[in-house]
Amino acid sequence: MKTGKVYRVAGPVVVAELEASMYDVCKVGKEKLLGEVIQINGSRCTIQVYEDTTGIKPGEEVENTSQPLVVELGPGLLSSIYDGIQRPLHLLRSLTGDFIMRGATAPGLDRKRKWDFKASVKPGAVVKGGDVLGTVKEGNTVHRVLVPPKSAGKVAGISDGSYTVTDAIGKLDDGTELRMMQLWPVRKPRPVTRKLLPDIPLITGQRIIDSLFPLAKGGVAAIPGPFGSGKTVNQTQLAKWSDADIIVYVGCGERGNEMTEVLKEFPELTDPRTGKPLMERTILIANTSNMPVAAREASVYTGITLAEYYRDMGYAVALMADSTSRWAEAMREISSRLEEMPGEEGYPAYLSARLSDFYERAGRVVSLMGAEGSVSVIGAVSPPGGDFSEPVTQGTLRVIKTFWALDAKLAQRRHFPAINWLASYSLYLDSLSHWYEKNIAPDWMKLIGRTRSILQEEDKLMEIVQLVGSDALPEKEQVTILVARMFREFLLQQNAFHPVDTYSEHKKTYLIMKTILGFADKAKAALDSGIRMQKISVMKSKDKVGDVKFEKDYEAFLAQVNKEIEKEFAELK
Amino acid sequence: MKEYKTITRIAGPLVFVEKTEPVGYGELVRLTLPSGEAKSGQVLDTSDDMVVVQVFEGTSGVDLNSRVKFLGETIRLPVSGELLGRILNGAGKPIDGGPEIVPEERMDITGAAINPYARGNPSDFIQTGISTIDGTNTLVRGQKLPLFSGAGLPHNEIALQIARQAKVRGSSEGFAIVFAAMGITNEEAQKFISEFEETGALKRAVVFLNLADDPAVERLITPRMALTAAEYLAFKKEMHVLVILTDMTNYCESLREIGAARSEIPGRRGYPGYMYTDLAMLYERAGIIKGKKGSITQLPILTMVGDDITHPIPDLTGYITEGQIVVSRELHSRNIYPPVDVLPSLSRLMNLGIGSGKTREDHKQLSDQCYAFYAEGKDLRGLVAIVGEESLSERERRILKFAADFEDLFVRQDKGEDRDIEQTLDIGWKLLSEIPESELTRISPELRKKYYGRR
Repeated sequence: MKTGKVYRVAGPVVVAELEASMYDVCKVGKEKLLGEVIQINGSRCTIQVYEDTTGIKPGEEVENTSQPLVVELGPGLLSSIYDGIQRPLHLLRSLTGDFIMRGATAPGLDRKRKWDFKASVKPGAVVKGGDVLGTVKEGNTVHRVLVPPKSAGKVAGISDGSYTVTDAIGKLDDGTELRMMQLWPVRKPRPVTRKLLPDIPLITGQRIIDSLFPLAKGGVAAIPGPFGSGKTVNQTQLAKWSDADIIVYVGCGERGNEMTEVLKEFPELTDPRTGKPLMERTILIANTSNMPVAAREASVYTGITLAEYYRDMGYAVALMADSTSRWAEAMREISSRLEEMPGEEGYPAYLSARLSDFYERAGRVVSLMGAEGSVSVIGAVSPPGGDFSEPVTQGTLRVIKTFWALDAKLAQRRHFPAINWLASYSLYLDSLSHWYEKNIAPDWMKLIGRTRSILQEEDKLMEIVQLVGSDALPEKEQVTILVARMFREFLLQQNAFHPVDTYSEHKKTYLIMKTILGFADKAKAALDSGIRMQKISVMKSKDKVGDVKFEKDYEAFLAQVNKEIEKEFAELK
Repeated sequence: MKEYKTITRIAGPLVFVEKTEPVGYGELVRLTLPSGEAKSGQVLDTSDDMVVVQVFEGTSGVDLNSRVKFLGETIRLPVSGELLGRILNGAGKPIDGGPEIVPEERMDITGAAINPYARGNPSDFIQTGISTIDGTNTLVRGQKLPLFSGAGLPHNEIALQIARQAKVRGSSEGFAIVFAAMGITNEEAQKFISEFEETGALKRAVVFLNLADDPAVERLITPRMALTAAEYLAFKKEMHVLVILTDMTNYCESLREIGAARSEIPGRRGYPGYMYTDLAMLYERAGIIKGKKGSITQLPILTMVGDDITHPIPDLTGYITEGQIVVSRELHSRNIYPPVDVLPSLSRLMNLGIGSGKTREDHKQLSDQCYAFYAEGKDLRGLVAIVGEESLSERERRILKFAADFEDLFVRQDKGEDRDIEQTLDIGWKLLSEIPESELTRISPELRKKYYGRR
């Protein structure tokens, strides 16, 4: 093992006299703090250290592991809670107590736990990287044990049995032992056979997302918004309800108490589709804002590598990164310690390259084993002052296809989710239209189009209303304003904390949209037949549409409401 | 321990020392001036060639002949139960004329991150007796909820009123108060102390004072001292601690000063790029730990520069804290106390602390409905200014009136008025009952039935 000496310490950055290659992992000082080489300058290399460096002195020893930062992949990842460098938080607690102290090491996968392995290949089979060797039941998920991407050969021996992740389950004819655990460097994308176009939606149960601004499986989305606009609630809603097989939730530089809420809530929630605890399909990575900044920088890479691993087994994985701005700030902080020439607002010049490298790891793919899997990435962005022109938002916008713009104004009036329907967009809508027409309703796209144009028109009309008041508008346009209000309150608003309203099936979303548009048609017809707007605006039945949000049996309820609407219109005449 | 006389450069609060034995990062430093005066500092950067020391008392009087001693340990605060009732300076030395603190323990002031896995879920409702907080931006035990204020606004009165009235219902335990002043004036500090004395709160308070004329660099350790004392009281002595930090703006100015002296590459408005992490290391020291009885609730106060909420200090703070209480100049000038601007205010942990069994079943929906109408009413004011009230519809006129009544009856209260949560919620219903029931779309039919029109 190569060793060297510390030369300089300044915050999370340590300079050492050491022979190393870029991104080698090192152990710094007496306490063996983990770090990663990020710059080499002659005989000196700069190491970003994942832990607090207080007390480290020049002259202390540095060990080079000559290996990049890797994560351990294998059964036991699901329902784990890790820090940014895959140390299980519950192990850290038993090692160092309630506060995280330095120098603690804990393996990402439990070395003692035994798993029942069922081989699905026979001795003599020829396998290549990514092929399935066998399966393990991991909670509710079938964990496929894969040949590491770079290995290949003829299976010389393999057998069922109860193994730990490091036990040999068999070997190849060249003598390579096969294990359930494999290592993979986090900064390197795992290989795939080919990428596919994303044309299946990720169903989230959030009305505004599923209807107006959908995300495809394997797609990338960003949620930017000023503080208090509900980024984290939106992210956790997606983690809870989206129809992915596996969820990786990266809390990157966020609040400790919020992570606790997630940690407490997830084990208690059940997956609406399987009825099993949501935690069984979830991996949480919690690197709160006061945990070391270098580990924060690594946390998103750790997260996406775990996501790719399950993708390779043929699963639909969704990764939530909350928040990518904190990740970018970690880059900035480290870059400024390196005294690099800064780009815009002090961020390093390579910021947008890093952002796009990261988002490009998303996608719907054919994995090496030939199965279809996907990684969808949803990145929260926290623009300073809510200003979307800042570098992180802009760098993100260049690569993402779905944009959910959160709006502080909406949040202030408790319109949640505070997604601004005028500023947001989804470029997947067209490629998904086929799926919708086949699986939801043939007129789905038409309804979406009408809903959007009514909301657009309202915005234009509101400018006039601001000047002259709503009574001065022609009655037809007053109907538009009324209908747009119904859309806003009954369709777009959704209460994440209400047991029924928190998840809305596609069909429910569809029926609400259809009911409101039906009302709009009837109201216009009524105007044409000479009925005054005043009478329409006081109709009681229309307000009832909103109550369907809280109804379990929404179909019956809406059928009833539709009848009442019809009746009330008939009575107007 | 060796003493060095190898200072080669002095710049602002920084001293550069050469040719030392290996010195640890973050180590405590003692400087002795030729006059015999002693100063303390901390290592900011250490290498074989040069050690950079940040001097807490400022570098005035330091020259190249001053002697430097590295103490081989990080800054620690001596803690014991005797801290309660004491007044200390910004560096943790008693200034109330009392004896030195006899330590039970000496704690590192940097503090370590609470393992997210070890955190308890903050969910105990704190009744502050202020409607705009209890009703619409509820504070819970273990939360960090800053006051975003501006120069000349009564944020101190609000903080004092909270400190005076805060209680957890159904629990007789009061809060111990840890008060850290950073760069506030002597007069303001006196006001806090005399108020603590009057109400008897000083007996269960620890006061750290770094006043406006104290060294600016010392401000960087004052909140860390205070939070260390708070952690000791909360997690070793099982007390519920309310920490008031004022004024965080001064703290950030000091941070910028150090950054500039080190010729670091500045971030937004000259503040260092690591300010987010630095602030997080303070604010995140609030919370609850599973299996421990105590808790730390933080109430930082910051004055927004030019009332600008997008300025880096409130901006970064808002991204770390669990919400914010915004103090409004407009309400203040209209003589409404407490001038809490409800719309931009927020408590992220509110939902954990309210509802049946904690406050009342209707709390959340009532609050949402009030928010929605108040926001609409405030928009309508803009419209009225252009077109006059006559051209409003009847519904709009009602909402406009709601907004006015909301400010007058719900927001406004006396400095000594301690409203319990039922009173607060009933005022909300009283206001909502002026509006036709069918328009209360944020409230479920059952709750409407139960509370609407009830006076």
